[in-house]
Amino acid sequence: MSTEKTISPQAGAPQGSKKMLTAMVGIGVFCALLIVLTFEGTKDRIERLRAEALEKAVFNVLPGITKTRIFQMTAEGQFLPSDGQDRSKTLVYAGYDEADTFVGVAIEASGQGYADVIRILFGYNPSTQTVVGFYVLESKETPGLGDKIEKDENFLANFRELSVALSADLSQVENKVIPVKQGSKTKAWEVDGITGATISSRAIGNIIGESSAIMVPLIYSQLESFKSDVNK
Amino acid sequence: MSTGITKNAGINTNPSSTDEFIKGLWRENPVFVQVLGMCPVLAVSNTAENALAMGLATAFVLLMSNILVASLRNFIPKQVRIASFILIIATFVTIVDYAIQAISVDLHKNLGAFISLIVVNCLILSRAEAFASKNTISKSIMDALGMGLGFVFALFCLGAVRELLGNGTLFDIGVFPNGFQEWIIMILPAGGFFTLALWLLLFNFFKSKKVQV
Repeated sequence: MSTEKTISPQAGAPQGSKKMLTAMVGIGVFCALLIVLTFEGTKDRIERLRAEALEKAVFNVLPGITKTRIFQMTAEGQFLPSDGQDRSKTLVYAGYDEADTFVGVAIEASGQGYADVIRILFGYNPSTQTVVGFYVLESKETPGLGDKIEKDENFLANFRELSVALSADLSQVENKVIPVKQGSKTKAWEVDGITGATISSRAIGNIIGESSAIMVPLIYSQLESFKSDVNK
Repeated sequence: MSTGITKNAGINTNPSSTDEFIKGLWRENPVFVQVLGMCPVLAVSNTAENALAMGLATAFVLLMSNILVASLRNFIPKQVRIASFILIIATFVTIVDYAIQAISVDLHKNLGAFISLIVVNCLILSRAEAFASKNTISKSIMDALGMGLGFVFALFCLGAVRELLGNGTLFDIGVFPNGFQEWIIMILPAGGFFTLALWLLLFNFFKSKKVQV
């Protein structure tokens, strides 16, 4: 094939280009078709698995709930019921117990960790004004070190009753959640860190601190909209 | 590295399909002999499950791309062969990516960016270029199966050792008694290098013994 081309390059060139074009376009179309078919075939299941994983996480961070409903936050800070399809909006997940009583809200938050952005979900209980659960949705922290934020029992114990109590006028969190060194936690709003995962554990404390400072006063001021929506 | 030369010699002697299969599994194992595709080998072999999933994903892409390249070998002009191979490989990688997401969200989370990086795994491109584009479909299938399973085997060898020592478990099942102190270094990147070095040592030891005999 190559010898023929060197002998008469001019005569072979147009036909060669046509063959190349046909091959590339042909393979391209075939490959595109395969990808589209796979995408269509797996789309529903992938969406279902993702929703299930998120729902499992919501049940994890709000102990005692049996039902959840999704709300989206508008630009004005209003919470409206949503189907959860529009991922560009800030979403929160309200949890209700068996008697349809409103228990709390699971809030999604993210921030820079050691390796990459860490995405978490934490549960807020307005009646006790505490964070009652925490779950890592996405993290690329160092295995064996940074990923202790998902496994370390002492660290996870921080989030069973972490205070995010509001100030007297209910406009802001009285004491913002802050991370402290392992073993030096003395206040209810401090997050005890992990030695050996200092940056990752500190990042979690800061993510919850930042997110709760904004979200908690907003949610608390609209508790009625979460409570009233349960039977709709 | 050694692929081109050994392979050409193999083609000339016209080996059987079983030979093509065994070759990748042992004699020319992609990891322990050819030392190809080191990026996923070192990065995703921290647990046996991750290693197995990554190995199988790579083996599937290798098999499918070998089949397609071998079927289209007379249709693809020489000048655009590499571009065509990459296109074919990238397609199957995308398919694998969707398939893994559809199997388990957690598994997809663990394998992360490494699934997409199968596209640039030199093992797959080298088999397409050096073997599938010059051989029949049936031989290419045997070659891909051998090489693919050889890759799975090697990754599993690494993953199992790293998980056992680094976590004290195998497939998340506790193996050692409670008092076992995990060697955290084994599941960190450095552990990958140590384990690979030890396996290579063992493999070369067996090989040299066989030569002497």
